[in-house]
Amino acid sequence: MGPNALAFLGAGLGAGLAVIGAGIGIGRLAGAAMEGSARQPTALGDIRTSMIIAAALIEGATLFAIVVCLLLALKP
Amino acid sequence: MTSTLATLALVLSLGQNAEQAAPPAEAGRGEARAEREEAGGHGSESAAERREDSLGDVMMHHVSDGYAIEYPGICNGHFAWNCELDLREAFGTHVDEATGKATGPLVLLGGKVDLTPTKHVVMMWIAAALLLTVALVGVRRRSLVPRGLYNFVEVLVAFVRNEIAVKNIGEEDADRFTPYLVTAFFFILFMNLFGLVPFAATATANLSVTVALAVFTFVITQWTAIRSMGVGGYLAHLTGGVPKSLWWLWPIMIPVEFLGLFTKPFALTIRLFANMVAGHFVILALLGLIFALGTAWIAIASVPMALGIFLLEIFVALVQAYIFAMLSALFIGSGLVHHGHDDESGHGGGHAAAGGRSPNGSHVAGVVPDMGSRAR
Repeated sequence: MGPNALAFLGAGLGAGLAVIGAGIGIGRLAGAAMEGSARQPTALGDIRTSMIIAAALIEGATLFAIVVCLLLALKP
Repeated sequence: MTSTLATLALVLSLGQNAEQAAPPAEAGRGEARAEREEAGGHGSESAAERREDSLGDVMMHHVSDGYAIEYPGICNGHFAWNCELDLREAFGTHVDEATGKATGPLVLLGGKVDLTPTKHVVMMWIAAALLLTVALVGVRRRSLVPRGLYNFVEVLVAFVRNEIAVKNIGEEDADRFTPYLVTAFFFILFMNLFGLVPFAATATANLSVTVALAVFTFVITQWTAIRSMGVGGYLAHLTGGVPKSLWWLWPIMIPVEFLGLFTKPFALTIRLFANMVAGHFVILALLGLIFALGTAWIAIASVPMALGIFLLEIFVALVQAYIFAMLSALFIGSGLVHHGHDDESGHGGGHAAAGGRSPNGSHVAGVVPDMGSRAR
């Protein structure tokens, strides 16, 4: 396989793995947030805000990987 | 969220890269018409040139920077959706065809520094002008009881001050940094939202812009840390809390800690950049699917999905501006934490405890100080 094919393969695999990581992380985060707000409905607003912030931070880490994959995939 | 769809966009564009024949020449004209109502309004190739670009090239063209601004208008005598305004011509920069060297009034240092404004720079100017207009018009009628636009601006500034500055920096120092945080928050917000307007581009989707913003935060953070701890204290913290008795660890600790100073601004940069680029990329990939597959029936599924992503992008624009401002405040606040070390009596409650962090905690990660000083 030539270098281009390997680059594309790497990009695709990398993006998929990155999304697995994001999915697991944000899923656990959302689960904990649900549970916490079920235990204490009065804290719902604070939990929701913290959840969104934490989700954005996890996404940030995932998007590092996506940027690398895009660099691989879109260079001639 | 965004990353799932960014992966989808990546897969789609990888698929399109293989079929060079797929985006036919009619994509040039049809794309402008079909996308006009949509999230992008991105006019594609100019009517003058019919390039055979792959979908990946068209997507990169829309997302990345360039020297031409496209707008709908009258050019060459008739109406077109994508008239080009060449910024090089507008600012008098001539690029020599043979050598590729640029000359002109905005090219300095003998061709090495080319200050010709690019598309993203012009978008930054427009966003800044818009922000200045809103802010200055809002505060024109000052009164103790705010009304109208002044009230609205005050609500937003109060939000940034109370939620972001005071919670992370502490009550007594927040006012020194609120101007910078308000500026950062609103400038990034305006730039992000501006990119969603048809025919405009997201300036924060440019790595240079986000790097500059992160550098501002970095400079302010380090300056604040040096001011509050003194140069000696600041350098002492570069050893990472390793005591003098273990001095032989310092040659390892100091370079690592020094590099660690740069990871936070780097993360700020990449987070903002990648979030903005990913959103646009996904919309372009979904709409480009119509052209890659060649039929118009895909539009029934593709356009609502693109609309959904567009709404998500609005949300992400807000969240990313908030995250940038909040993390900047957090970094500034953590540099200030030694400010109240010596006079505990008055400042016990002065430092904000963000997320459970102890008010008189040291900045070294993982070290939890004992609360014995409270009982004094």
